[in-house]
Amino acid sequence: MVDYPGAASPPFRLSMLIYDRRYRSLTIQAVVFILVMLLASWLIDNTLKNLAIMGKTLSFDFLFRRAGYDIPQQLIPYNSDDTHLRAATVGLLNTLQVSILGCIAATVVGVIVGVLRLSQNWLIARLMTIYVEVFRNIPLLLWILVILAIFTEVMPPPNAYRGESPRASMIMFDLVAPTNRYTAVPAIGLSNPPGTIAIGREGISWALIAFVVVLAGAWLGHRALRKSAKRVQDATGIRPVTWWKVLAMYLVPVLFLTWYFGLHLIPPVLRGFNFADGTNLDNALVVLWLALTLYTGAFIAEIVRGGILAVSKGQTEAAYALGLRPRRTMSLVVLPQALRVIVPPLISQYLNLTKNSSLAIAVGYMDLRGTLGGTTLNQTGREMECMVLMMGVYLLLSLIISGGMNVFNSRVKLRER
Amino acid sequence: MKKSALFGSVTALALAATGAMAAEGDTLNEVKARGVMNCGVNTGLVGFAAPDANGNWTGFDVALCKAVAAAVLGDATKVKYVPTTGQTRFTALSSGEIDMLARNSTWTFQRDTDLKLDFVGVNYYDGQGFMVRKDLGVSSAKELEGATICIQTGTTTELNLADYFKANGMSYQPVNIDSNAEGEQQYMAAACDAYTTDASGLAATRAAFADPENHIILPEIISKEPLGPAVRHGDNNWGDIVRWTLNALVAAEEYGVTSANIDELAKSSQNPEVQRLLGTTDELGKMLGLDAEWAKRAIKVSGNYGEIFAATIGEQTPIGLARGLNAQWTQGGLLYAPPFR
Amino acid sequence: MSDTHAQTVAFVRDTMLPPEPPPVSESGAVKWLRENLFSGPLNIALTLLGLFILWLLFSTLWPWLSHSVWNANSMAECREIIAAAHGPDASGGCFAVIKHRWNQFVFGFYPVDLYWRPVLAFGALFLALAPVLFADSPLARRIVTGTAAVLTFAIAAVLGAGGLELAAIAVLLLAWILLIEMRGDLALVATLLYPFLAVWLLWGGTLWEPLMALAGFVIGFVIWRALSAYGMFAFAAAVLAAVLWWLLLSDLVARGIAAILPMRLVPVSSDQFGGFVLSITIGVAGIALSLPLGIVLALARRSDLPIIKTMAVLFIEFIRGVPLITLLFVASLLLNYFMPPGTNFDIILRVIIMVTLFASAYMAEVIRGGLAALPKGQYEAADALGLDYWKAQRLVILPQALKISIPGIVSTFIGMFKDTTLVVFVGLFDPLKAMSDTIRASFEWKGAYWEPYIFVGAIFFILCFGMSRYSMYLERRLKRDHR
Repeated sequence: MVDYPGAASPPFRLSMLIYDRRYRSLTIQAVVFILVMLLASWLIDNTLKNLAIMGKTLSFDFLFRRAGYDIPQQLIPYNSDDTHLRAATVGLLNTLQVSILGCIAATVVGVIVGVLRLSQNWLIARLMTIYVEVFRNIPLLLWILVILAIFTEVMPPPNAYRGESPRASMIMFDLVAPTNRYTAVPAIGLSNPPGTIAIGREGISWALIAFVVVLAGAWLGHRALRKSAKRVQDATGIRPVTWWKVLAMYLVPVLFLTWYFGLHLIPPVLRGFNFADGTNLDNALVVLWLALTLYTGAFIAEIVRGGILAVSKGQTEAAYALGLRPRRTMSLVVLPQALRVIVPPLISQYLNLTKNSSLAIAVGYMDLRGTLGGTTLNQTGREMECMVLMMGVYLLLSLIISGGMNVFNSRVKLRER
Repeated sequence: MKKSALFGSVTALALAATGAMAAEGDTLNEVKARGVMNCGVNTGLVGFAAPDANGNWTGFDVALCKAVAAAVLGDATKVKYVPTTGQTRFTALSSGEIDMLARNSTWTFQRDTDLKLDFVGVNYYDGQGFMVRKDLGVSSAKELEGATICIQTGTTTELNLADYFKANGMSYQPVNIDSNAEGEQQYMAAACDAYTTDASGLAATRAAFADPENHIILPEIISKEPLGPAVRHGDNNWGDIVRWTLNALVAAEEYGVTSANIDELAKSSQNPEVQRLLGTTDELGKMLGLDAEWAKRAIKVSGNYGEIFAATIGEQTPIGLARGLNAQWTQGGLLYAPPFR
Repeated sequence: MSDTHAQTVAFVRDTMLPPEPPPVSESGAVKWLRENLFSGPLNIALTLLGLFILWLLFSTLWPWLSHSVWNANSMAECREIIAAAHGPDASGGCFAVIKHRWNQFVFGFYPVDLYWRPVLAFGALFLALAPVLFADSPLARRIVTGTAAVLTFAIAAVLGAGGLELAAIAVLLLAWILLIEMRGDLALVATLLYPFLAVWLLWGGTLWEPLMALAGFVIGFVIWRALSAYGMFAFAAAVLAAVLWWLLLSDLVARGIAAILPMRLVPVSSDQFGGFVLSITIGVAGIALSLPLGIVLALARRSDLPIIKTMAVLFIEFIRGVPLITLLFVASLLLNYFMPPGTNFDIILRVIIMVTLFASAYMAEVIRGGLAALPKGQYEAADALGLDYWKAQRLVILPQALKISIPGIVSTFIGMFKDTTLVVFVGLFDPLKAMSDTIRASFEWKGAYWEPYIFVGAIFFILCFGMSRYSMYLERRLKRDHR
């Protein structure tokens, strides 16, 4: 491998392409590159020929035609007169929705279970082990189907809430009605609505904006307060009591806005076939979300456990020696260090969860695969275009997530001196 | 001729790659050379196409596959049933994975033109309906305002449903399901107020309930669903074979040819129509590239259209469908086979 | 001690007191309970919570399980039996559906009288793997091979294999075990031959087809060895010769020999595959094929050659970035587009191709981890010995890297095996959804929701759990090696 710079290089001969190390790598790469390009062009050529034989052309026009089908779960307004493109967008947003909810919940479940598996409590540790093993070793599809079956078979249908002596009754002060179609929860109403601002076809209430602004302000105030408290502590050694100030900072404006807009809950009411007035959380989403959470949670629990075990025992002992109580040892010493081990595989679990959300097909949750790769593909027969688009979008999502992972990784990386 | 799939396919791939390209648009010779016809069917819809405990496929659509195989290959068992989902069916056909599709698929303009398929006829005239529980007190689809409706994704029914509710200015909440089995489960648990699919499917589903009397099928039929076999666009000869096999089954019923009396009629029938159909005179089969007795074999497998209907989905079966639109034109139905001459 | 104290102290104890038993609260079950379940308020709360969960699970599941019926011919009959035995409102499991249709869950539509073939293929899998998986533990290896052989033979006998077939199975299994015990090196060759045996057993047809496919590898190998002086050329020539053999000659030769000496098993076509036979076939084929591909990809990704590295990275990241289900749709919808017009091949084969590509990307990452975990000294030592790149990889690096990677490979396999249930979405009969739906579609078993899920889930659990235990066992062993 070592080049001797002093040695006179011999004149170039053709055979050096193979025998001379300096050129050989170029030769190999060129050959492999040409072979791969040949393979690719062969595949593309075949595809074009096949398309020609079938009389099909590659065209994305269908995206702008009327979709004609309805989507049960929608985050942005959509009806059957909209285009396939909008349907695909609705699907993509649904994918994102279930993925984000799933990632958050799976992390919570995973951390709790992972820590509890190491608990001193024999019973809890065993139970958690059973949970982890059972969920890790059985296909996700089965969990989705089983949870779906539980929701359909065990929950009461909406009309069970009807009549003089209903078979089912609403829970939580008559505000929430779980059914086998959706969970009806109260909606938030305003008696003094400030009007809405239109963004596209979606109207956003000024009240919501007001709340966001107020909360953001409170958060900034909280930060400033914490900083000044730390300054005082650094200077005097005594940390001023701030909790009631923080509480007031958040609560007072929120309470004021609540009073000003007349914020109240509108309980769901059974009307016609279904609950109305409130908000209905679709079971398809809940089932998929639960299944993804429990399944991925089991994997995350193992990652968390592994991460905690990877922190050497000396760290814990040192923390104990400093007089930290076990819970503070965990949160101040062990977990921050374990995080470095945990985060990379954790992100790859997030990736898996996002990809697994495509199993929505089994519960009829209309995600990207259900709209663009499902009904649209089926109604238009444009399998090539739909698949390419769909894989492209998933790829993009994955790249964004792993990009996020790299950023985070470099931030938590051990800063060695 | 059946080869080990792995090596057979690799070799086939290799042969194709080295230039022995199968002539496109000659399905008949391909099927003859292969010795097996690939028929795309439903993954499991009792009455139309479903495997039994031993993996034998039976049903209304399957009978058509068998008839075509008997006509072309002389052996009704030489069919490979390729289960296709709502999503994969048309691609399986256009990519050549299957030779014909008999998977209760609706004949629509777009499928016939844009998807490059050829629907060769209609073997079942269907329409989309609704099934509800009796205790809902609903007697018309017009009363379904705000209802939750179970619907299979990837079917024309999805579009019809959207159109129907829009046209009537009503709202509804769709519950998308993936398979008929799942639809039944959801409907039985009252996770949806109504289940919508082809009326034949509804009848089959209802018949299988433990308490069919508690469910009614609403009178509205909201769409036309002519279900028929499809072949690839551009191979007219193969299309003719499937089309006329279907017509032969229909015509056989019209002329009273059954699997029981077919041998006798072939010898002794004086009816020139029957003689032409069964190849006693005229040898119509030659014009299709088959032999004279093609239709006779096709009919003999599971009988004429009426016999197939009665054996798989008719009133004597658990599915219990009446002939209705699917009666012969002489009986007030729509079945009308063009003349064999 | 001196005697002085004997005079100055009035009393000296010269016998020890017998030890007192520890207080009740510090010994036995009570101590254990106190320490492990009730050591503090939080722990007490947790214990109570755990007990509550247990009680909840038990009280929901037990009545249902205890009422279960194993002998009935339809769901309605089951309900009648339960109603008669436990009252009209009682619900219970109807496991009769499993008893009635277990063969479909396991074998799909595989011909009944040929059940012994997949059983033998599955049993032989353990014989093939044992020399690799339990290389350094003869005891474990013997237990595994012995159990596998006995069970295979017994199950084949129970499932009605004929006398001749049983004799052949016995001879094959015994000979293989003897081979493993006597000539460990040859046993590895047998392991390499296993895929061809399995293909022959599963799909049937003539033995010569897999043998001729194998011959391609042999020809390639021979040419490579013969020309090894020419370095890269030898490899290229070997690949070319093997490809030419497969494309042009092997089919003809196989047919020629088959005409003389058939060696035929009844052919079984792919559409008869279903249930666990399908899952395991796809899973094992995918992992076996993806291993070499994964090694190549991992080496490419760690290579110094920028173009090759870029291509490997692109491939791996692409495959890992899309859900398997979309790749399966590609297999079913698009793969035929990429092939020359008129080509058509079996959906199972297409699915195996896509699953292999999918697994190979994950495999590459696992093996890359193994390569990275190897101390740098190993690479330098190989260089110092003057080995060229391939020799260094083959003799020094890969054997160690692969060994470290086995746990990762096993968990990739578990993941893939579970993912084989997704083939239902392209119309194949996986055991979980497609088979359950098919069985539920029949009039007898309408409404059997939970039982098939429990049965299929239990089998998946046993297989995957077993594999994960193996991987943990291996991790422990490997850890000891490095200490």
